[in-house]
Amino acid sequence: MDRNQSRWQVALMRQSLFDQGYLDEQFIQLEELQDDANPNFVEEIVTLHYRDSSRLISNIEQNLERNPLDFDKLDNIMHQFKGSSSSIGGKKVKAECTLFRDYCRAENGEGCMKTFQQLKKEYAALRKKLEAYFQLAKQAGPTETACRSK
Amino acid sequence: MDNGYSSPRHDTFPAGLRVLVVDDDPTWLKILEKMLKKCSYEVTTCCLAIDALNLLRERKDGCDIVISDVNMPDMDGFKLLEHVGLEMDLPVIMMSVDGETSRVMKGVQHGACDYLLKPIRMKELRNIWQHVFRKKIHEVREIENQEGFFEGIHIMRNASDLSDDGHSFSGDDLVSMRKRKDVDNRHDDKDFGEHSSSKKARVVWSVDLHQKFVKAVNQIGFDKVGPKKILDLMNVPWLTRENVASHLQKYRLYLSRLQKENDQKTSLGGMKHSDLLPKDAAASFGLQNSLNMQQNDVAIDTSRYSGSKLQHQNVDTKSHKGDLKEIVSEPKSETKRTSACNIPDPRTRKSSQMDFNHPFAALESKGNYAALDCTIPTPYWSEPPGIQLKEENKPLLESKNSFSQLPMHGALHQIHVDQLQLVPSISSKPSITERENGGSIDIKPLYANYKNDCTSRMSPIGAGVDTLSVQSKSDTVNPQSLDPISTTTLGMKTQGFNVDCISDLEYWQRNLHFGSEATSMPLDKDLQVCWVQGDCYNMNFGFQNIELPEYCDPGIIADVPIHLYDALRFDYEFPHDPADYSVIEEGLFIA
Repeated sequence: MDRNQSRWQVALMRQSLFDQGYLDEQFIQLEELQDDANPNFVEEIVTLHYRDSSRLISNIEQNLERNPLDFDKLDNIMHQFKGSSSSIGGKKVKAECTLFRDYCRAENGEGCMKTFQQLKKEYAALRKKLEAYFQLAKQAGPTETACRSK
Repeated sequence: MDNGYSSPRHDTFPAGLRVLVVDDDPTWLKILEKMLKKCSYEVTTCCLAIDALNLLRERKDGCDIVISDVNMPDMDGFKLLEHVGLEMDLPVIMMSVDGETSRVMKGVQHGACDYLLKPIRMKELRNIWQHVFRKKIHEVREIENQEGFFEGIHIMRNASDLSDDGHSFSGDDLVSMRKRKDVDNRHDDKDFGEHSSSKKARVVWSVDLHQKFVKAVNQIGFDKVGPKKILDLMNVPWLTRENVASHLQKYRLYLSRLQKENDQKTSLGGMKHSDLLPKDAAASFGLQNSLNMQQNDVAIDTSRYSGSKLQHQNVDTKSHKGDLKEIVSEPKSETKRTSACNIPDPRTRKSSQMDFNHPFAALESKGNYAALDCTIPTPYWSEPPGIQLKEENKPLLESKNSFSQLPMHGALHQIHVDQLQLVPSISSKPSITERENGGSIDIKPLYANYKNDCTSRMSPIGAGVDTLSVQSKSDTVNPQSLDPISTTTLGMKTQGFNVDCISDLEYWQRNLHFGSEATSMPLDKDLQVCWVQGDCYNMNFGFQNIELPEYCDPGIIADVPIHLYDALRFDYEFPHDPADYSVIEEGLFIA
């Protein structure tokens, strides 16, 4: 019973991530890729993403401290970051990336900075949620992560 | 499309497609790898464009398609795209999280065959094989065109030589070549002699311009050649690097094909002559003695599906040896381009082998040489092939059934090996070999025609297939039942005799997809037909069992197209019209 309950909780949590707009279809794609050969595929990808994207985040931060701002460079890095975020389906984060790039093209330094702060928040929030999710999923058992939401 | 016959590597195309993924994002690299693996593709990943290029350069033929990200730190994705296109001529798919029209346009301009937006869905990756396939088809067309183009140049320059020849290529052939080009390659860049001034500044590669080009290439040295160098040497102000680059690409393809033909020529001796001058005994000898036909299968193949090419071959050897030698003297550099040609080659090679060898087998085993019509017309494609085939059919009909089970596709590879063993048996009758030669040569285009005109002709073959299948099961060839098959196949050839190798190959390639279906024909259990496109998959045929003299099975020849068509049948709808049979038979004047 306990197991079922945990599984149920995992499923709920997973669903909420979608409902609240944290994750999009890409996450489901990852789940579908998970199989016997790669039983922890989703988690591996997420971990890889966060490892790689954190250096992009710090890169942007460094560049935002410059004066004057190199918008092309910022746009470039953000492009990369956006690509990386799209890999795990980070919906909200992606939205912030787009906004950031718009500001870059508009050469709006303040807009960039503001957006970046927001982006970092979303980034951290998603990370936390996913960590909790995977944690719960591990506790509940290996099978539930593959099931699709209705 | 799994036919159940498994080759050592893969079951069917597109499974086993070799993909190279280039992306600096490790997360995406991993995801794509997993996705592609799930599509049953063979994946290689690179996070640096430079590494990718090196990898591709090292293993020239090791990859079928490249997927690359647009934004990469060490090299712009578009640059990589250009390099790959020029050097390896592989299809490249670009991907990016940025889907702006301008970017996509840039991708297409640089030659990307597709532009995917991240996040990429697996279903998008599933269909990337179409680009490989499309490219192969286009390559064949390009080669055809280029053959025609380059041929035309040679022909034009040596018109006098040609007129001596009984077979004047210049006039009609050029026209027919051009026609073919026009029909099949409307969008082809360089039409020989045609001015595409209506489109935006297309380069017309005139004879002179091409001469300058060749001169520049030879001056630089084929190995070191590059569009920029050529451009500089040519010193044509209005010519752009891109023009030269694309022309160079085509030229390379053409040369590599020539190279193969030349190999074939040398080994076969006078084979080319036999095409045009069936009475030439030397040719037949050459054919006989060409035990190394397997190496020449490409040449045979190319000659088979390219009537003009064959002519070209002849023309070249006859009158433009100097030029050819010059061009062909750099085989090494050609290997670079073979990768471009390679893909279609195995297929065509196999088919030609089949074609080529079957008649031999048939002829040999039967010894019914007398029946063969020696006077095979030089432009063999201009005469009803049925004439030649009918003779061969007879012997075939009486031969064992074991061969009839051979599906064309699979059998090609192995058959020719076995057939080659048969060849020596002919040598005792030199005079006959001529005919055999002619016969076999004719068969090639005939089969080519089969492929071309599958739709209308399918019906007889289709019906024949069934009969044949039944036959093969019982291990006794029933001449009667096979007869219609043979005749139909022959008839088809007669009807559809057009040396349009382009569509030939197309059908062929389409067949490949359905090769598995073809193999569903009742075959000898030994025969493992796994006609997979793209690579010379090992086809495991129990040919060892087949006795040489017993080979000539009408089924062989008949089978080839039948199987082909069987496969095609799945693809095309055609009525099984018994009326066709009568039509065919009429055209066959079988004695």
